Amino acid sequence: MKFKGFSVGTFAVALCFTASLAYAGNIVIKGSTTVLPIAQKVAEAYMKQHPDVKISISGGGSGNGIKALIDGSTDIADSSRFIKSKEVKLAVEKGRYPVPFAVAYDCIVPVVHSSNSVTDITMAQLRDLYMGKIKNWKELDGPDRKIVVISRDTSSGTYEVWSKKVMKKERVFPGALLQASNGAIVQAVANNKNAIGYIGLGYMNDNVKPLMVDRIKGSLETTLNGTYPISRPLYMFTSGWPKGDTLKFINFVVHPQKGQKYVRDAGFVPLY
Amino acid sequence: MGKEGGKTVSIRQRREKEIRVAFFGVALASIATLGLIVLFLFMEGIPIFKEVSVHDFLFGKYWYPTDDPPDFGIFPLIAASISVTAVASIISIPLGVLTALYLAEAASYRVREWVKPVVELLAAIPSVVIGFFGMVVFAPFLQEILDIPTGLNLFNASLMLAFMSIPTICSISEDAIFSVPIELKEASLALGATHWETIWRVIIPASISGISTAIILGMSRAIGETMVVLMVAGGATLIPASLFDPVRPMPASIAAEMAEAPFRGDHYHALFATGIILFLFTLLFNLVADYVSNKYRQVGAATL
Repeated sequence: MKFKGFSVGTFAVALCFTASLAYAGNIVIKGSTTVLPIAQKVAEAYMKQHPDVKISISGGGSGNGIKALIDGSTDIADSSRFIKSKEVKLAVEKGRYPVPFAVAYDCIVPVVHSSNSVTDITMAQLRDLYMGKIKNWKELDGPDRKIVVISRDTSSGTYEVWSKKVMKKERVFPGALLQASNGAIVQAVANNKNAIGYIGLGYMNDNVKPLMVDRIKGSLETTLNGTYPISRPLYMFTSGWPKGDTLKFINFVVHPQKGQKYVRDAGFVPLY
Repeated sequence: MGKEGGKTVSIRQRREKEIRVAFFGVALASIATLGLIVLFLFMEGIPIFKEVSVHDFLFGKYWYPTDDPPDFGIFPLIAASISVTAVASIISIPLGVLTALYLAEAASYRVREWVKPVVELLAAIPSVVIGFFGMVVFAPFLQEILDIPTGLNLFNASLMLAFMSIPTICSISEDAIFSVPIELKEASLALGATHWETIWRVIIPASISGISTAIILGMSRAIGETMVVLMVAGGATLIPASLFDPVRPMPASIAAEMAEAPFRGDHYHALFATGIILFLFTLLFNLVADYVSNKYRQVGAATL
């Protein structure tokens, strides 16, 4: 890897090396912890079908993944956000052209107990709820009961979307309960008629009731057409148009019957 | 003949020595492992104090490790751990010690032979099962009965932890009480004391070091327990004001956040530093247990 970094003088040389690296049957993936479960599931399936290919995956966050792509120390950078213009500039200066591939969508849905009469909520109300300003369901035209706010552990990708899209720089108040997984939130909300939580669309089941946000129901369609507000695309970036094994892998990831099947398994929204 | 005998002795001595070295090695291995774990814990935890002062870390009221800028204050977590352990002890100490007294002093042989293994079986229940019970069965019940916002709270967690420490407390205290020499008891009864007076004035003082050790081991089990508090304590980073507030003890925070904390980032170091504080707590408990068992050690026939 280091050797590769040293030898980068021109784009052509870089491409040669990427190619030779790819033909050796190795793919290196780094980046977002949100995309990590997708990359892992798809890579496992891919390696089962192509035993000669070795894929090594590590997390570290979107920023680190893109940094590694710019340095040339990874073939694919996972990212839960689009590349920033500053990063593109840095990459181009090094003779690399980052190419984005949307691989999945993340869609987070607020959920309540199935007996709750509230069906609709606004983004502003959600933020006030999670800031501890709204304390009773009465304020949302529900029953006169205290609201129990359930949030996720701060290092999860789900929390990250929530904090970015809903909280908008405000902090989730300390009185919010914590659950460590989507499944645990479903369990906790299903058992408490006062509770509100949020989960990835892939974890939705009949035990809890999803709320519409700004009158839009969180679903595959509203996520894909961009009308549902608490969603975002997830990316894999390559340096230049991918070649060899990297290209095959990316093709596998976005294939509706192959990689996208595992996207759904990982609790995300597939592209199609 | 003499020569052969000498040879046998030297072989035996050598074997003796080899065995001793082997056992020393085994003992050393576990101590070395412990030492390395502690070393690793400190190495990974100390760097956070470059970012935040020890005082702000211990007494900071806000725990927002992934915000920008982050807040690394674990006071709510420490308060949660202490309160959960304290409430669990209030429940488990009387139950554990009194059960032990009953089993050792009052129960018939047959009852004792039945009840003791059953109490010890309680210790064999995996903590995740106790946590699941607390979450799915007890929390909704508690919420319904007391009409509180959530059943996942300090009280629920304490009760589940008490279930887990009762077997430890009961079993070790019972051993201590049972091994009080019969002469002491007979002497007391011979002097005209009633059974109750004998228990209160003779048996308990004679076994107090064992009972104390049992209590402290039970408490350190409660403070270090992770799965139960992760599942049923609620997880709010509040300093608890009531018995029914949701709380987040230190082990729960570490378990929930460690998996996705960036390797060797500030958050990662802060979680290890939380681990150091937790380790210091259990270390303190062990030192107290050691001190108590030495200080109140009875001499003579009652030495346990």
